[in-house]
Amino acid sequence: MDAVLGNEEEFGDKMPRRYQRRRPRQVVPDYIDWKDVDYLRQFIPERGKIMPRRISGITAKDQRRLATAIKRARSMAMLPFVTE
Amino acid sequence: MANRTYEVMYIIDPETDAEKIAKLNEAVGSLIEKEGGTVVRMDDVGRKILAYPINKKNEGHYVLFEIEGSGQEILELERRMRVNDMIIRFMTVRVDEDRKKATKMRMKREAKAARRATFRKTEEPAVEVAEVQE
Repeated sequence: MDAVLGNEEEFGDKMPRRYQRRRPRQVVPDYIDWKDVDYLRQFIPERGKIMPRRISGITAKDQRRLATAIKRARSMAMLPFVTE
Repeated sequence: MANRTYEVMYIIDPETDAEKIAKLNEAVGSLIEKEGGTVVRMDDVGRKILAYPINKKNEGHYVLFEIEGSGQEILELERRMRVNDMIIRFMTVRVDEDRKKATKMRMKREAKAARRATFRKTEEPAVEVAEVQE
């Protein structure tokens, strides 16, 4: 898949930027516990934002469940809203 | 209709003494019992550093309750928690539906795995026989 990146110079700056899925096809537990901060943290980069789906590589359904769990944890001050 | 499960978590002001916290937890438990719910689990998580300051405080005492009931006790509990000065933050989450979904998903996956396993078993001997004949 990454062979595409090799041709980037030929296309010049017209080439759309390709994101690499960091962790393809992640396995997400059936019940995402909003209290399990250590698990949720792996979907939160330094800035404190929720990792987008194209990078986290999980399904849309799981991403929605994950987002609610993170938001719940945030409102209970278990996870930060923003980090400088 | 006592068939719902809730998780109630609240953060107590870290400056309150342990005695008061214990008393508060007991009061919460007895209130739930009085209103017709049952306490499934009570977990005094303890002091934790908050991810961001709440009311200019950087620490908080976390307590988690798991309650089974109709929802009436939650109403009363939340009303009292709102008034209480010691509780700086609280949240109630209904968990029974999500858990039911989770078990359903797991059952589905297990059933699928079982189906695959039986399919393979019937296929394998047939292959062996074919090889022997050749």
